Amino acid sequence: MEAALSVLVSVFFAVAFYLMLSKHTIRILLGVAILGNAVNLLIFTAGRILREVPPIIPIDHDTPPFEVANPLPQALILTAIVISFSFFAFLLVLAYRAYQDIGTDNTDEMRIAEPANEGLPPMGY
Amino acid sequence: MAGMAGKAVDISGAMVTGPVDPADWLVIAPVVIPVVFGALLLMFRKETREHAAVAIIGLLLLVAADAALLAHVLARGHVVMTMGRWLPPFGISFTADALGATLALTAGVVALVAGFYSIRDIGNTGRRYGFYPFFLLMMAGVSGSFLTGDIFNLYVWFEVLLISSFGLLILGSEHEQIDGATKYAFLNLVATTLFLIATGYLYGIFGTLNMADIARKASAVGPTAPIMTLAMLYFFAFAMKAAAFPVNFWLPASYHTPRVVVSALFAGLLTKVGIYALLRTQVMLFPAQRDIIAELIAWVAAATMILGALGALAQSDIRRMMGFIVVSGIGVMLAGLALASQLGLSATIFYAVHSMLVMTALYILAGLMSERAGSHVLHDMGGLYRAYPFMTAIALVLFLAVAGLPPFSGLWPKVFVVKAALDVGAWWLAFSVLLSGILTTIALARVFALAFWRDGATAAVEDLKPLRLGYVVLVALVVPVVWIGVDPEPLLSLSGKAAADLLDPARYIGAVFPEGGGS
Repeated sequence: MEAALSVLVSVFFAVAFYLMLSKHTIRILLGVAILGNAVNLLIFTAGRILREVPPIIPIDHDTPPFEVANPLPQALILTAIVISFSFFAFLLVLAYRAYQDIGTDNTDEMRIAEPANEGLPPMGY
Repeated sequence: MAGMAGKAVDISGAMVTGPVDPADWLVIAPVVIPVVFGALLLMFRKETREHAAVAIIGLLLLVAADAALLAHVLARGHVVMTMGRWLPPFGISFTADALGATLALTAGVVALVAGFYSIRDIGNTGRRYGFYPFFLLMMAGVSGSFLTGDIFNLYVWFEVLLISSFGLLILGSEHEQIDGATKYAFLNLVATTLFLIATGYLYGIFGTLNMADIARKASAVGPTAPIMTLAMLYFFAFAMKAAAFPVNFWLPASYHTPRVVVSALFAGLLTKVGIYALLRTQVMLFPAQRDIIAELIAWVAAATMILGALGALAQSDIRRMMGFIVVSGIGVMLAGLALASQLGLSATIFYAVHSMLVMTALYILAGLMSERAGSHVLHDMGGLYRAYPFMTAIALVLFLAVAGLPPFSGLWPKVFVVKAALDVGAWWLAFSVLLSGILTTIALARVFALAFWRDGATAAVEDLKPLRLGYVVLVALVVPVVWIGVDPEPLLSLSGKAAADLLDPARYIGAVFPEGGGS
């Protein structure tokens, strides 16, 4: 199970990095979204997959009496999902505003903060 | 981590519900205070006139808590508090050592000073956009990063400070800011995602997220686990956060676009959080792996400091020039990390404190200079010395300090880095530190000659805000810079102690696991 998921994670990473190499912010944005999911799946796999047994401790025990699924990766993923979702929402608005204001989604042409052909600084007194 | 469930755990000690020593609450106070005040400011977001006063009260309390924490750490050693009293490695531990407490205090002081300057710099529009809530929540993220003892929690604090910094960066939504923020946001998000990837692998290998537990297990696990991969991933992620060459280009693309006080805060605090995380992971958690990549770190350091200084030399916009000077300083700190001797690390920590103070002051100074000269482009600036001699004096101190010239705070860490480099025969690293110092001196001397000495017309004074508050704030930052330069001994012994604790994590581990127990 872990092996199959590892392959899936690597496919996610490959797709995400390919998209992020694009010049267009919308593709980079999709790449970031897929990257977030790749990481979630990675943490899930890193926590080892144990099916069937939910991590619930019976009433007269203090520790689980048998091997149970690991709940910690799920807590980590939940945190990561919330964070990556909010970042994705912010970036989506930012990219749209950038497209409206600057008139392009091509990062090569986004040169307002760092203008091209600016010329040299003063060479003499 | 199946092993944890399978092993018989002595739960009698796992959860302790007894009261916490009141002094231990200090370790969480630098996070609680800004979160509470940030929330308060959010609730009263329409009462923009009271924002500055509330924020400054919060920042004063933050500085007091940071100072008390540092005094406590120096008197009693590491302070540990575990959330919910679930004993480590199960609960999230906050662990304050000399390194974290020193940097948290410096960050608090810088934030307080910037808070005062924001009264002058942030008008009603900025307050309506939520400058003060973002500011305080960013401080919560910065303090949390310095004090947490849990690597996943460190990731969460990174995200807290990152999302607040997005809000600060686009305050005003000008075209230039949107452009800069796009690059800043995407690249920083990729960096923190890399951090999360590394943390996922780390959890898969060690089954723990507590830094003391990881430090303990990393030395025992041997060559069977891919720890080298982990160390490299962390180095890459945090080098990106710290703006090290070749992943530094987001910084000069964005730091000149927001309001002056926002640039000053970013330059003072955010890259230093990256340096702190590098110190924590590379030196404390994976020292054996750091030894292997030391050569790589050294080359990155040399390239960062020299290319940063060359970038500063090529700029005619003084605010963009400051961005490159931040990058150049990161190189010096990385050089100390590459050497990782007692002297080298102590120099890195010393330089981080110096850089927080000086870079904040420099950005505020650059803001005042361009306001008074009526331009931020060197071609058009001039006549500032005749009109504002006091500003000239402050500029001279700060320029000399950031270039590493005596008698100011920048001299000592550079002397120690050069000494540490020569001790191990890395003459080229020592040479790069000196070369970057010379290049920075040339770049700033040109600013001094053109903007201050050259004759020229300054802006008409009538429609400008008074300078008094700006001068008070700059003097508040210049005093420690001069003091540290003249009497470096207290900070030197403090950074030496912090470096010794990093190199030998036994005390850190002992503080988190008092009985040497745990899983």
